Amino acid sequence: MFSSFMTNAWIGGTIVAALAGAVGFFVVLRGASFAAHAIPNGAFAGAAGATLVGVDPLFGLVSFAVLAALGIGVSSRRTRNDVATALSLVLMLALGAAFLTLSSDYEPAVNALLFGEILGVSASEILPVLILGVLCLVALVALFRPLVFTSVAPDLADARGINATFVEIAFLVVLALSTALTVPVVGALLSFSLMIGPPAAARLLASRPSRAIALSVMLALATVWLSIAGSYTFNLPIGFFVGSIGAVMYVAARLWGAVRARRLERVVL
Amino acid sequence: MIDWLFEPGLFVNHSVLTAMGVGAVVATVSAVVGIFTVLRGQSFAGHALTDVATAGGAGAFLAGLAPLAGFVGGGVVGAGAMDVIGVQRVKGRDIATGVVLGAATGLAALFLYLSTTHSSATGTTQLILFGSIFTVSSSTLPEVVIASVVVLIIVAAIGRPLLLSSLSAELASARGVRLRAVGLAFMVVLAISVGLSAIVIGSILSTALLIGPPASALKVVGRVGLGVVVSVLLGVGATVLGIVLAYDSYYWFPSHRGLPVSFFVVVVVVAEFVAASVLQRSRRTRAPATRPTTLAVTSGGH
Repeated sequence: MFSSFMTNAWIGGTIVAALAGAVGFFVVLRGASFAAHAIPNGAFAGAAGATLVGVDPLFGLVSFAVLAALGIGVSSRRTRNDVATALSLVLMLALGAAFLTLSSDYEPAVNALLFGEILGVSASEILPVLILGVLCLVALVALFRPLVFTSVAPDLADARGINATFVEIAFLVVLALSTALTVPVVGALLSFSLMIGPPAAARLLASRPSRAIALSVMLALATVWLSIAGSYTFNLPIGFFVGSIGAVMYVAARLWGAVRARRLERVVL
Repeated sequence: MIDWLFEPGLFVNHSVLTAMGVGAVVATVSAVVGIFTVLRGQSFAGHALTDVATAGGAGAFLAGLAPLAGFVGGGVVGAGAMDVIGVQRVKGRDIATGVVLGAATGLAALFLYLSTTHSSATGTTQLILFGSIFTVSSSTLPEVVIASVVVLIIVAAIGRPLLLSSLSAELASARGVRLRAVGLAFMVVLAISVGLSAIVIGSILSTALLIGPPASALKVVGRVGLGVVVSVLLGVGATVLGIVLAYDSYYWFPSHRGLPVSFFVVVVVVAEFVAASVLQRSRRTRAPATRPTTLAVTSGGH
């Protein structure tokens, strides 16, 4: 499990998990799950397009993810947010389907992009992933206060003169960059699971933002580590483990919350 | 000229005709159910259920069951899970949908992996994800029609309380509408309709036809009843036009590699939406005092 060809998987997975845990907290806080689902799919189309024209897939991933984020952010001003996201999503997926039909790489490549191929992480991919990951974390730290403020008290933030549209679009771009990094590692479909399950569980267990973020990162790391180990041991796709561990964490947190509430009730009574 | 638009053999080709028939039926159901989906702001659930249905379909394929049962059953189970986690509260809805979606994609990854390694079904993944309307056999047509009629009957039966609770939950509950029951009934209808469209036309088109035509219709029409009609026309129109273009596209490239139907239908759907948005804006600037149209498709979070 810790042999040399797995080293990149562990390093890549760790970077991606830390990032997804941090970004995911804001996704859950802002109710942006749909965007977090749509953007990696847009990124998937970009990767398919990049393979078609012979460019580095990471370039296609990043550019299409940012394009999807801007599309959602800009069109949301005039249309209902969920409709704008749905239409951006299907447009991106349709482009991806067209690119795939035109290119000759068929099923294995698609499966790897959709469901992730963590063993396929190469040493040359680690450095760009690390650099972009650090950039995203820096941007998150810079945006931390306005992000929390506009999510928790939008009216107050507006009165203080914070430009909510700008914050929203900046956040979507950070989300886009971080999903673009996650896609090659855990796949377009499951970079989403990593951004929802652990952070949603963390939010249930911790109420202060800083503590919830720390917990979210820890849970995401645990999810990815367990998933790599499980994928290696049982020879099953990593996406299955990421998806189910995330859901189990959320359900466990809900149950724990219910038990705690009942205990509290008993103490009060 | 006619040959240029309709390549020779288009209207005598049996699989094209079947595709158009099935496509029109599914587009109609999606357009009707979609109106309520857009009004209730449940686009995410509507889309997520396609992926949940896909997981069900992949599971059915693996277990050797009928795929249609897998798609519809998977969708209904997913809808139930979303309701249990809390889809009715607007705040929890996003997370509930997300958690179920995450778990379902994980299962889909497992099922697809198992079915592609344990059987020689090449192309299954592609087929399940992107669907292929041209491979619909004419024998599935009756099943699809029956399921569609059932969906439309349920929508007609719960139409009034559903509409009221979609537009104003407070008003509806004051009138004695049981919001939770109506919401759950709608989720089940949505799941059946989405499972049906996901197996016939693939998950991309399923979402496109569920959200695109209704959102366009609600932008240009003020009344819901009329909106349903416009939505159906836009949806069926996009499906038929998309199939024609996809059939033609076979001759566009020297490699004789036609582009997928889903691509063309989505392009038409998005074009309709852009046109509807332009129309809405030009009407607003022309008659700012009357403030017509737009029931729900104005800006605002979900």
